[in-house]
Amino acid sequence: MSAATRWTIPAIRQALQTKKASAREIYAEFVKRIDRHNSEWNAYLTLSPERGVSQADRIDAMIARGEELPPLAGVPVAIKDVISTEGVRTTCSSKILEHYVPPYDATAVEKLERAGALFLGKTNCDEFAMGGSNENSAYGPVKNPVAPDRVPGGSSGGSAAAVAADMAVIALGTDTGGSIRQPGSFCGIPALMPTYGRVSRYGLVAFASSLDKIGPFATNVSDAAIALSVIAGHDRNDSTSAALPVPNYMASVGQSVEGLRIGVPEDYFGEGLDNEVKQKVQAGITALEKLGCRRIPLHMPHTEFAIAAYYIIATAEASSNLARYDGVRYGLRVSQPTLGDMYRKTRGQGFGPEVKRRIMLGTYALSSGYYDAYYLRAQKVRSLIARDFTDAFQKVDVIVTPTAPTPAFKLGEKSADPLQMYLADIYTVTGSLAGVPGISVPCGETRTGLPIGMQIFGRHFDEARVLQVARAYERGLGDAD
Amino acid sequence: MKISRDDVLRVAELAHLDLTPAEVDTYQAQLDQILAYVDKLKEVDVANVEPMSQVLFPVSSDGGDGHPELREDVLQPCTIADAVLAQAPDSAKPFFRVPRVIER
Repeated sequence: MSAATRWTIPAIRQALQTKKASAREIYAEFVKRIDRHNSEWNAYLTLSPERGVSQADRIDAMIARGEELPPLAGVPVAIKDVISTEGVRTTCSSKILEHYVPPYDATAVEKLERAGALFLGKTNCDEFAMGGSNENSAYGPVKNPVAPDRVPGGSSGGSAAAVAADMAVIALGTDTGGSIRQPGSFCGIPALMPTYGRVSRYGLVAFASSLDKIGPFATNVSDAAIALSVIAGHDRNDSTSAALPVPNYMASVGQSVEGLRIGVPEDYFGEGLDNEVKQKVQAGITALEKLGCRRIPLHMPHTEFAIAAYYIIATAEASSNLARYDGVRYGLRVSQPTLGDMYRKTRGQGFGPEVKRRIMLGTYALSSGYYDAYYLRAQKVRSLIARDFTDAFQKVDVIVTPTAPTPAFKLGEKSADPLQMYLADIYTVTGSLAGVPGISVPCGETRTGLPIGMQIFGRHFDEARVLQVARAYERGLGDAD
Repeated sequence: MKISRDDVLRVAELAHLDLTPAEVDTYQAQLDQILAYVDKLKEVDVANVEPMSQVLFPVSSDGGDGHPELREDVLQPCTIADAVLAQAPDSAKPFFRVPRVIER
């Protein structure tokens, strides 16, 4: 039983079916591990034992009755604290929502529950998902389980750390500019950003609505595919979710990649890329070639403008979305004699420094006289970046790049310089702006043992192809071992 | 300097953010640095380029249309008022209660 915290989804299923373990016992193993180790990593902010135990009892009752088990039966999951959970505190790692308890579940959460998952709790992240290191949490940073003096990446740092440290089998994260893929890269686990519109965002606390996506972390690509198949699909409660059928991702993860065209854009391998990261990603591409893929060199000319466009668009949308935190309807209120002072004091005290910085930047970019120069221009550049992807996908099936320019950096290393922190998103924001799906898969380590991630982008709604290539690569590594 | 202290104060007022004098200084310097970087966007020729105001594309692997259908305009019963008001810092059913508005 002690190895339960390292089981994959199929291993859990088999253990339940052969009565090697009950859902209650599996859940208890994870809770024990979290109790023992969470203080080292600070991955969880809130635990949800009541919900988790009742979910486990439901699965055990199904087993006792001999019923068919749903796809995530008995699988302990973690949920990023920007995703609403009924009856379980949801803070967005912010003081302004310190005591907020949502009265409803996000659609993705409801789907996990229906699929038999067991909720462990809510994971730490950068405040309102704004950051790339998890240092912007009002409840302290998360530490990287691979190297405790380093950041786990962000903003979904707690979700990545929970899975990497065997404190969850699956974790939900959110990705606006790289917030799933980059922590996946830093913590050495697969991390999937689905296509914009593939997964309902009903119940996700909005940061930048034209960019936000929910996606899974897992210990292997196959488990990520199972998780995606559960949370994907159209939802009438989210008008931006796509009315498209969800393919069978498990069928595609087993397929050969022979003959697939792998696009390798030179623009992602230039100045600023750490040499060890470059070597490992290039070795990853060579490994894919050995599996029968064809390498096609690409030029994606607008890549270098992505950070500038992203930080205007994302902050503009954030400044609008975060207007709702005003002390009137929920969350923190700092009482004042007049309404205006109540707004200003509540927001001034409730938000942390990075959130205020982004609200300021976004408000400036949208303000009278600056809209055309910043927001409108950024939206036009976004069209060109999206066109780079559309053009590339005329010639290739997937695009392979580094996930991040460096491995995990040290805690505190970039926190005083916001622009340096923003530039760490350079390879992830492009796909975010284009709305395409992307995964980060581990592709080796630095000499000092820090994980390196390789990013695979696919066409819109073609997660099946992305998962197929990622899984083939992962399995190829396993065979090589 | 692209950003003056007055700019910072004006934006903070628009965003309803109470900033300390130290925060005003910090944000002035940081916004200035970030906007100087963002000026990169001026190098791009955007003549005849439409802004990307829609993210979902009618391109997909199975030939389907990624655009969401329009929802029928049908009234749905909504019985969550009590749960919503229970979250409020101050309420008097069916209202949220706030401080005086007039002097604003």
